[in-house]
Amino acid sequence: MQAGEVYGFLGPNGAGKTTTVRMLVTLLRPTGGSARVAGYDVAREPSQVRRRIGVALQEAALDPLMTGSELIELQATLHGIDPRSVRARGEELIGRVGLTDAAGRRVGTYSGGMRRRLDLAMALIHDPEVLFLDEPTTGLDPTSRLTLWDEVRRLRDEGTTVFLTTQYLEEADQLADRIGIIAAGTIVAEGTPASLKAEVGRPHLDLVLAPGSDLALARELVARFGAQRPPTESCHLSIALQRGAPDIAPILRALDDAGFAVAELELKQPTLDDVFLAKTGERLEGAEEPGEDAPQQREPLPEAV
Amino acid sequence: MRATPPAAGGSRLGPTVVALARRALVNALRKPQFLAPLVIFPTLFLAINVGGLGATRTLEGFPQVDGFLDYQLAAAILQSLLIGGVTAGIAVALDIEGGFFDRLVASPAPRIAIVLGRVLAAGVIAAAQVVYFLVLGLAFGASVKGGAIGVLCVLTIGIVAGTGFGALGVLIALRARSASTVQGIFPLVFVVLFISSAFFPLELLSAPADVIATYNPLSFIATGMRQPIAFSNQWLPVLEGLAAAVALTAVSIGLSLLALRGRLRDA
Repeated sequence: MQAGEVYGFLGPNGAGKTTTVRMLVTLLRPTGGSARVAGYDVAREPSQVRRRIGVALQEAALDPLMTGSELIELQATLHGIDPRSVRARGEELIGRVGLTDAAGRRVGTYSGGMRRRLDLAMALIHDPEVLFLDEPTTGLDPTSRLTLWDEVRRLRDEGTTVFLTTQYLEEADQLADRIGIIAAGTIVAEGTPASLKAEVGRPHLDLVLAPGSDLALARELVARFGAQRPPTESCHLSIALQRGAPDIAPILRALDDAGFAVAELELKQPTLDDVFLAKTGERLEGAEEPGEDAPQQREPLPEAV
Repeated sequence: MRATPPAAGGSRLGPTVVALARRALVNALRKPQFLAPLVIFPTLFLAINVGGLGATRTLEGFPQVDGFLDYQLAAAILQSLLIGGVTAGIAVALDIEGGFFDRLVASPAPRIAIVLGRVLAAGVIAAAQVVYFLVLGLAFGASVKGGAIGVLCVLTIGIVAGTGFGALGVLIALRARSASTVQGIFPLVFVVLFISSAFFPLELLSAPADVIATYNPLSFIATGMRQPIAFSNQWLPVLEGLAAAVALTAVSIGLSLLALRGRLRDA
């Protein structure tokens, strides 16, 4: 990982994402190999690693009987922060994640999204160099998910290195500067989202011709622009473009010259789902969830610190 | 946020222990299920014993006491302290099950603070337990024959023993890692208590209970607390009781720290 980047760690359930995170945050001793976090070896210098990382594990582990403020203070003490600066720092973070009004309430009364945001604030109390977020948005409503996404982007902009595990391809696509795909405990692909997509194929132009069109003739006409997928419907064409978007106009012109009417047209870029399928041979469970219920209205964010 | 970095560093032991103890106490106060068993069960048991078994005082071998309540008070305190240990263990097991334990372990805080914070809280709760039963006893006609010094002796032994039982609970939780398993040892607490001289004098116990009770550390602790309440400030039983409590606490804390190390190694 490079300092200051958001690294998305993708994999299906049971692939080893959480185990990897637990090793990197020194909760689990590696049985082999080595890993360095913020320049320190996780097995030989775990206390140095712990001073430099923030951790928000899966299923925000918060004490439901304590208030948000109390937990922030406790977390600060655990990190050896000067007690005199705790209150201001806690208020700063609680405000940042939009929990000012709920800070005095017991965490047991919080919604799932509020818990995650408090968990994130606690992970940031000591201004970590590296932040580990283990599936931070799993189970969250779309609004809370977007709030967390914005916060991750803001952290990246401020120079925090973020190690993000997720099951959601769209989340990785939206947030990660680079992505690693893990399957059965092994990293099977790594790169920027764009480079990974480029690896697995060209963009596709999907066309639906007017009913009654001679599909065989149309396929013959556009054959020179790229390989075609077998038609899924009677008037459907899907062409893997050799040059990308610049091929669209010539294709449409060729069809128009031959008297074909185009009813629908869509340029489809390869997705991380395609990358995942190509690299692991399977589709990622729940991969579509964030996109399907993506919210239109965002929860108002508190002012930046 | 990086514009205002806090003075973060390695956490110091003292403040961390105090912070974790405070959290344990706040939790205990906010969840009646934690504190109620410490008070209700031993109080009911004390009431039943004093109300129904008072004639035991007339048996040969039973020491001369002003009242049966005076004699039974130490047993009730000890019983409450033991239940307190189980409760501390359940709280730690719930932290493990719920993931809060991982939060503590993933921080730079000294890891022994996880044990010591909980044990310190057990000691504070133990002080409250001793005070509660002494006040209850006084309210219902008991007296502390040793006076203020006697009260201090009972309080000291009770706090040390309560701390030790708390450590024992933590030890079991770290080994068992499950609240239901820790809860499962609850009946054993009573078995161990009944084969001591907490409720009845050694002279009235039959074999082999009398032999076991002779060496049971709970017998020494109970006798150490009973002496200033029911009799006088004779120093030998008090010191024996205190020594037993200190030994139990030292061993329990030591074993808890070893269990913590093992748990972290095996994680």
